[in-house]
Order: sequence, then C-alpha cells, then structure tokens
Amino acid sequence: MIMGYDKRFDGRKQYEMRPMSAKVGVVPRADGSAMFQIGKTTAIAAVYGPRDLHPKFLQNPRGGLLRCHYSMMPFSGHGERVRPGQNRRAKEISRVMEASLRGVVDLNAFPNAVVDVFIELPQTDAGTRCAGICAASMALADAGLDMKDMVAAVSAGFVHDRIVADLTYEEEHYNEFAKGLKEEVHVADIPIACQVSNGEIVLLQMDGKVSAEFLAEALEVGKKACAEIGEVQRKALKERFTGGSL
Amino acid sequence: MNANLMNTTKEHILRGLDANVRLDGRKKEDYRAVSIEYDVSKSAEGSARVRCGQTEVLAGVKMAIEEPYPDTPDKGNLMVNAELSPLSSPEFETGPPSDWGIEVARITDRGIRESHALMPSTLCIESGKAVWSVSVDVVPICDSGNLLDMAGLVSIAALSHAHYPGVKDGNADYGTRTDKKLKLESTPLPVTVWAIGKHFIIDPLPEEEKAADARLTITTTADGTIVALQKGGSMPLKSEQINDMVKLALRVAKDLRHKLH
Repeated sequence: MIMGYDKRFDGRKQYEMRPMSAKVGVVPRADGSAMFQIGKTTAIAAVYGPRDLHPKFLQNPRGGLLRCHYSMMPFSGHGERVRPGQNRRAKEISRVMEASLRGVVDLNAFPNAVVDVFIELPQTDAGTRCAGICAASMALADAGLDMKDMVAAVSAGFVHDRIVADLTYEEEHYNEFAKGLKEEVHVADIPIACQVSNGEIVLLQMDGKVSAEFLAEALEVGKKACAEIGEVQRKALKERFTGGSL
Repeated sequence: MNANLMNTTKEHILRGLDANVRLDGRKKEDYRAVSIEYDVSKSAEGSARVRCGQTEVLAGVKMAIEEPYPDTPDKGNLMVNAELSPLSSPEFETGPPSDWGIEVARITDRGIRESHALMPSTLCIESGKAVWSVSVDVVPICDSGNLLDMAGLVSIAALSHAHYPGVKDGNADYGTRTDKKLKLESTPLPVTVWAIGKHFIIDPLPEEEKAADARLTITTTADGTIVALQKGGSMPLKSEQINDMVKLALRVAKDLRHKLH
C-alpha cells in the first residue's frame, strides 16, 4: 500500500518540470512562429497577420483582434485517433489561450485587422494548452508585434497528497496508473499561465478537487515554473536573432 | 491555376522558364533537397517528417481494431486524410477540408491502395469479426510548394515505420507498441509534373503552382509500374507530352525512393 505520492512516476522532484526545448522561426511562410517542447508534449505555433478580418462584422475600428486556433493532430492523442476539426474542447482552449495572450500584445495600431495564431500539436503527453501558450507567445514576439511581456504556462497539479509541477498523462490519471492504491485519491490538474516579468496570472483553470491551502501552493509553484520557462523562451528568441551564436 | 495570381507574376515566371531559370534559381527539372526523419510523434503508431526546401510535412499512422465491412469480412481498412492546417500557409483556412485538401488526400490514398502496398488481407485479425483499420493523417507544417509529392512520400515513410500496438480485451492497447511492423509490399511514390505554358517543371514553389496551366501526378512503384494518375488544370496535354512526363516522373520517383529506408 502506498501512503502518498512521494516518488514521481518518471523520477522527477516534486517541483521539477520535464526537459524543455524551444525554437523560434520554424514555419518560414508564417509572419512569426515557434516550437515549444516539454517532455513528450510538442506545440508548434504560427502567427499570420495583422491581416484583413473576415467576416466584416467582427472588425473592430479601435484595434486589431487576436485569435487563437488550438488543434491536436489526429495522431497526437494518447489513445485512439483524434477526429480532426473543431470540437468543444479545442474551442474552449482556444478562447482561454486568447485571453491569456491578449493582455501582452498591443494591436491598437491595427484597426479592423486580425492576428491569427495557429497552434498544432504533433505529439502530446498532457499540458498541451500550456505548451501551446508558451509557443504562441514566442511566435507573437517573432512576428514583431508590440508586446509588453512574454507569457509562459505550466500545469501545477495536486496528486494524492501534494502539489507537483508539470503533470504527465499518467499523473493526470493517477488512480489508473498508481499501483497499490487502497481507494481513489484526489487528483487535480491546474493549468496556470503567467506574465513572465511580474508573475501575474492570466490563465487559471482546474479539473479535480483541491483545498485552498494546496491551491495557494500551486499558484506559487506555477509562478516559479513560469519564470523558468520564460528563460527558455528568451534564450530561444535571442538565438533566432543572433543566428544561434549566443 | 489561380485567377488571383497577378498576370505580371506569371509573365515573369514564363520569361524565366524560357531561359531555364526559376524564381529560386533552379532549372526546370531540379528538385529541392529532400530529407526524411522517422518516429517524430511518439503518440502515433508510425510517423515521419519530410522536408523539401522550406516545405515541411508530417504524417502519422493510427491503428484501431474495428469490425470489417460485411462485403469484405477478411479485409482491413485504410484511410488517408490530409489536414491542410492554416498553420502552414496564409492561403489555408480553418474549417472543413478544402477541395485541395481532399484532392491531396485522395491522390495519396489511390497510390497506396492501387499498388496494394498495404494488403488489406494482412490486416485481418478474425474474419467477419475484427480487422485493423489504418489511418494516415498528413499535416503540413509549412507549405512552400510540392505538397502533392510530399504527402505521398511522407505517408509511405510513416507507414513503413509503423508498429502494431498491443491488444487488450479485443481493443488496441496504445500503451504498448509491439515489434511487429506494418508490412508494405511496395513503395508507390507520386511525382507531379506541372505545365506552365509550354514548359514542364517539377517540385514547384507556391507561385509556380498558381501560375501552372496543368499538372499531372504520376504515381509509380519501384518496378516502374504506374499505379495512379491524376490530371489537374484545364490546359490539354498531348499524348507525347504525357509520355515525356511519365519518363520524368519515373526518374524522379527513383531518386526519392533512395531517400527512404
């Protein structure tokens, strides 16, 4: 019988994230693009625009519109093939991604225009919206848009009896994968996105059950992790503009 | 084949072709450097990435156990789909597959199907009860031209490196990957020859695709058999021209086949 989650499935420390890599400028035809990988979750983001916005009734004469389009590739899921095309989940994720990024991008100079961010995931192991936000933020910077900050995201989670950083699929499904559990234990997935320089939270969601104390801990863990991701993003952006000779 | 292309661009392309110089400096029958990587998505049963110049295309294979169709009780199923993500080109839009996406998928599908590269009978688990259904999804990351040929190449690359998943309680167990590989009988590869005015080119850039008056996709196997054809565009072709296009396609497919392993 196990008393708590004192040993993570993949051997990581409690607040340790999976290995990350990032690259800016991965889609030559786009106005800006980036790849962000954390563990086996890979997100590619491409930015197109500012460009004409259709249908016209969506146009805003006061400034440009930021739109996100999240999509898992059909072969990127953990189980069966994912049916391509929009579904309720993808739509919701797209909306919360937009909300997390809108505050840092200034599109006032582009009335009636749209900036589209397309996010595709070739392979996934949980944390897809967070990886998508990390890639999208770099892609927007790569597109040369006015930004007051970068946005980074990671999921903090409550597993069994403690908060851990950057959940994997197996950790999200802890009750299924943990051996020797006497009864179902609580698991919560808490995706958090922060503005990198001030740690302010721009995306917060949760699935599961958690106490107020553990939520407070998750927020602090998320903030620290986002600062770390911010460094990875910054380095990738610098490499893009110094030809890798950093 | 696109009315939106400025006439001046087409004239410019044609003037260049008269001197056998293309927009990027290539000659008419030059193919950009092609490279293939395998197992690029750990979530798929098989996957590959091809690059051709700036064009980059992924393909992933997913397998599932299904009931066979009543009229083919001992045959598995193959489906090829192309998701032309707006990530990969400013010209692609969100929403249901475009006509172009459907044509790319169907040409790829036809080559694999008609060459019997994947024998449907090898996908039978229990006649009338359970067969493997194989889905290939092609997703471009960057469409800088030549999607038709690359969709075919990346599909074969992904299929040739696909492993059957384990089986648990009559369903695929995606947590395990067996050593058994999908068996490919041949390597059908499409090569498209594009006609711009009186000129024929291969491996087009997006501007060249738009300026083209006709195209012919010729899918061939290693022994030189033609297994699929598709003519596009409204300009008529003479039979002598088609014979020349086939010769060119056979030569190019042979070079592309060397990149597979």
